[in-house]
Amino acid sequence: MKPAPFRYVPAESLASALALKAEHGDDARFLAGGQSLIPAMNFRLAQPAMLVDVNPLRDLDYVRPAGNGGVRIGALTRTRTLERDALVAERQPLVHEAVPHVAHPQIRNRGTLGGNLAHADPASELPAVMLSLGARLRARSSRGERWIAAQDFFVGVFTTALRADEMLVEVELPAAPPRTGTCFMEVARRRGDYAMMGIAAVVTLGDDGTCTDAALTYCNAGATPVRSAGAAQALVGARIDEQRIRDAAAAAERDLDPPGNVHASKAFQKHLAGVLTRRALRTALARASR
Amino acid sequence: MTTRYFGAPVQRNEDARLLTGRALFVDDVELPGMLEAAFLRSPHAHARIRGIDVSAALKREGVVAVYTAADLGDYWRPGPLLVPPPPIDGIVFNERTQVPLAREKARHAGEPVALVVATTRYIAEDALADIVVDWEPISAVVDLERAVAPGSARVHDDVAGNVAAHVRQARGNYADAVKQAALVIKRRFLYDRGTSSPIETRGVVAHWEDKADRLTVWDTTQAPVVIRNGLAAMLGLSERQVRVIAPFIGGGFGPKIMMFYPEEVLIPWAAIKLGRPVKWIEDRAEHFLATTHERGQVHDAEMALAADGRILGIRDVFLHDTGAYDPYGLTVPINSQCTLLGVYVVPHYDSTFTALFTNKPTVTPYRGAGRQHGVFVMERLLDIAARELGLDPAEMRRRNFIPPDAFPYKNEIIYQDFTALEYDSGNYAPILAKALELIGYERFVREEQPRFRAAGKHVGIGVVCYVEGTGIGPYEGAKVQVQASGKVSVATGIGTQGQGHYTAFAQIVADQVGVDVRDVEVITGDTDQFYWGAGTFASRGAVVAGSAIHEAAKVVRQKILRTAAEHFECAEEDLAIANGAVAVAGVPGRSIRLGALADQANPTRGAVQPGTEPGLEATRYFGPPTGTTASGAHAMIVEVDPETLMIAIRKYAVVHDCGTVVNPMILEGQIHGGVAQGIGNAYYEQLVFDDDGQLLNASLADYLLPTALEVPRMDLAHTVTPSPLNPLGVKGAGEAGAIPAGPLFAQALENALELPARGVELLEIPLSPNRLWELVKGGER
Amino acid sequence: MTTDSHQIVTTVNGERCERRVESRLLLSDFLRHELGLTGTHVGCEHGVCGACTIHYDGAPARSCLMLAVQANGHAITTVEALAPDRDRLHPLQEAFREAHGLQCGYCTPGILMTMTAFLAENPSPTEHEVREALSGNLCRCTGYQHIVDAVLLAAGRLRESSPG
Repeated sequence: MKPAPFRYVPAESLASALALKAEHGDDARFLAGGQSLIPAMNFRLAQPAMLVDVNPLRDLDYVRPAGNGGVRIGALTRTRTLERDALVAERQPLVHEAVPHVAHPQIRNRGTLGGNLAHADPASELPAVMLSLGARLRARSSRGERWIAAQDFFVGVFTTALRADEMLVEVELPAAPPRTGTCFMEVARRRGDYAMMGIAAVVTLGDDGTCTDAALTYCNAGATPVRSAGAAQALVGARIDEQRIRDAAAAAERDLDPPGNVHASKAFQKHLAGVLTRRALRTALARASR
Repeated sequence: MTTRYFGAPVQRNEDARLLTGRALFVDDVELPGMLEAAFLRSPHAHARIRGIDVSAALKREGVVAVYTAADLGDYWRPGPLLVPPPPIDGIVFNERTQVPLAREKARHAGEPVALVVATTRYIAEDALADIVVDWEPISAVVDLERAVAPGSARVHDDVAGNVAAHVRQARGNYADAVKQAALVIKRRFLYDRGTSSPIETRGVVAHWEDKADRLTVWDTTQAPVVIRNGLAAMLGLSERQVRVIAPFIGGGFGPKIMMFYPEEVLIPWAAIKLGRPVKWIEDRAEHFLATTHERGQVHDAEMALAADGRILGIRDVFLHDTGAYDPYGLTVPINSQCTLLGVYVVPHYDSTFTALFTNKPTVTPYRGAGRQHGVFVMERLLDIAARELGLDPAEMRRRNFIPPDAFPYKNEIIYQDFTALEYDSGNYAPILAKALELIGYERFVREEQPRFRAAGKHVGIGVVCYVEGTGIGPYEGAKVQVQASGKVSVATGIGTQGQGHYTAFAQIVADQVGVDVRDVEVITGDTDQFYWGAGTFASRGAVVAGSAIHEAAKVVRQKILRTAAEHFECAEEDLAIANGAVAVAGVPGRSIRLGALADQANPTRGAVQPGTEPGLEATRYFGPPTGTTASGAHAMIVEVDPETLMIAIRKYAVVHDCGTVVNPMILEGQIHGGVAQGIGNAYYEQLVFDDDGQLLNASLADYLLPTALEVPRMDLAHTVTPSPLNPLGVKGAGEAGAIPAGPLFAQALENALELPARGVELLEIPLSPNRLWELVKGGER
Repeated sequence: MTTDSHQIVTTVNGERCERRVESRLLLSDFLRHELGLTGTHVGCEHGVCGACTIHYDGAPARSCLMLAVQANGHAITTVEALAPDRDRLHPLQEAFREAHGLQCGYCTPGILMTMTAFLAENPSPTEHEVREALSGNLCRCTGYQHIVDAVLLAAGRLRESSPG
């Protein structure tokens, strides 16, 4: 399984990488971790005419505190770095909890956050996490740059809002409000496999213990990570008790229209969404209450 | 003669090379001027070929040749029938074997249609996209019951009803059993298997040396001698002109003993035609379609029982999926038919199967080779009967065991070696007892499970029994030789794919010939080193080759003693062989190293006595009249998450009887590996075909091999009933671990989720969280 | 579609190595066929089986998912570098031999490269941690038990022999 021919250019700078992308558009792909792109190329499912290798752009590999208590992560940050980063563990526990589910350590040594998000596999963990956290993604091109909200970034299967000349350069995760609890859970046939169903859950409680905000986003539930408005509605504005949790799970099962695949039928995926909603909410609630 | 190595957990001679990356596998072969090949494969499961245009491919830079069926001339012919139909009365058998390149039509997705040879594999793959085939798709035969129905498309145009074979074997009279029965149970069972998926895929490198008039072929085959003979015949060469080398092989498991695969017969042909070495290495995507599978059977089975749970008779009618061709004859379904009888007394047995052609890759033996299907049916019938009669599953089995004084036990029906099925030795009750003890059966059922259930946990237990017919003929041979260096070489015709032959065989020789096991060099898989042999399959290596090696080593030992007695002018009884030397007992200084003795036996002057041969060497063959019968029991405790249906195996025990054990460490490894494949088969691995015969999960991302997190730590124990059929008393062990996992999972999962009480029976394998959920929900309605 | 080639300078097993390679040449093929380091094996070419695992700048990576050109300016370590010399084995290799942690040996180099890195970071792993670390490498022969035994055996020995 050898890739089709292509021309390879190691990027000398971000500007030159963007210039090449502007020139070649969709005929050129950025090579970051390669953990999704290269297998696709080996299967000849992807046959870009040019690969622009952005691994030399070390300036895009960073995890920094953002001014508002959030975190800014460069697109070239390896997933394995995220796994071990103290700032991420402290300020973004949802990311910290999700990352060990991404494939295996060897893959995480190479795979990057930017590459993972730009690949936009709806079954992948991190896109769902970004949605639930309300992340902002910074896209840059030779023409300038813009911020894209996570909910606008994932457009379809393997399709993002990035234009043909754009590159994802940074992800900004907002600070979590006080009394926020998160939980990432998935059900996968084997550790590291794509989830049959996964959930990235965030709940925020007010001083009186009622739920002021909730975000429940599901992996492998549609063409993109799917946020269940119905599930959130069942929680916001009241104390979260077992009944509310069950209501949220039922709403998620109603909201979601998962694709089904060889490992899990549509019906089973919906069922798992319900199960994970209940389990993740219990955990997130306990964490928010601490 | 004391044994120092036989039976000991000796470390493997071959490991240093493998651990340091200094072992030659087929893809490691590099030759000057070597070209690389790629095959254009049918994207359709069933389609006529109206035309093939390779002109664009030929124009591509780096492409040296492109061949289609038309280019092969007389070389194009269906492959040989590897296993003829067994001598069973009334048998129907339609031989349809695979062709080198599809001609009028393709019969399964992945069937080769054209061969491209180029300077690199990369360019060869580029050229595949240049070839234009005018396909006319035909409706695909996928489902077994529809395959035989009127109006179905025909995989082979001249084979009505897609019937590859129809076989009935019967013993006694099942109708009588029903008349006497207090209980008759009847169920339909589905047992599906998958692909062996060794980590090394297949590969062939062929090198024709015109000036030496010799062909050398490196091949990932489990049967180098047979490949050598076949290729020589096909290519019009003498057997002595062809050398087939099966070097280190990265896992065999059965499909690498399917012989005369299209690629296997074409790469040598191309190498001769082009006058340059040619290499073909199967990639993983190809492997899913190009290498043989085992697959499914549908059984309608019934069992008649007495009130006390004794089996009176079994009747089984089943369909067997043989895929697009049937080169391996009926080995797999015959094994199903025979192995169903298991460790039990079955007075009346009536088994009929219809093997059907389908538009899927060909089915040939894969570790277990059809035994799994039979064991599933029997063990499930017993569990269902046990429930209806209110008996504990273990007790149910105990009541039906063949008693230990009944051996050799004649089951009479014809087995895969074409002899009447006969178990040489066995003692089953102690095996079950030991398995129950290892798993803590009584304690679990009485104390632990009630506690788990009270805590809302779904933990279940299962125990199943099986036989494994092993060590069949026709024969193997070995040459043992003491060399001038004092090292001993052993050459045999079979190949090695990781089962430790280099060590186990060395152990056998080392004890006989009195050398350190590390001084025994074992050569397998090279037809220039040993001429005759059948191959590594059916768990026969240790039994058949091992026995031949033992016999040859014994003869060498006698020669050592005779030669040394002449040398020392003493009686043979006064001699002792140890540590690579022969010495006169009790007389220090009167000893000679074996290497020096070997020199003596190969004189440069004088004469070799008539009726003797030079050197200290011997060649012997061993051909068992029938196979041996290993047996065992597996037990498992498994927890199931009732909402996600994900499982966690808490405990797994295996008790195995393979007769005398050559190397317990190697044996353990074989059991562990077999169980891992069994677990894969039961809960993770499934080849998912759609109605058009397309394989939907042809990658390791979606065909799920168990990892270190899915395979538990296992507790192993052994019992030993030596085989009377060979000098070592050994029985085979290679496949045993893989055989009973299916019914074990079904029983344990039913127990964990209390399914029978909820109206659900598990009558199919593989299971999965999704499937289990569907079945459980179905019971809730 | 056009291709191009690049001059690369890389360090492989401590030795400087300069070659011209086609852009699409996979790192696994470069190591095996260009450099003759056939200890690294290829099992799937889609990043699942782990047989091709090497160290890239000291961290385990799947060489079938990298291009040879990406080795330019970086360091690659393969299984051939583990043993100190031809007559001795690395403690992990030694443990594999003692515990029968390999059968056909095809997946073994990838597992060795994964495990040396794992043990360097986790000198006292539990069995479960070893199995987790192993879960990205497929073995079809051993059922993993003896591999786990070998890693735990090696971990103990490496701890004993390490300074401090």
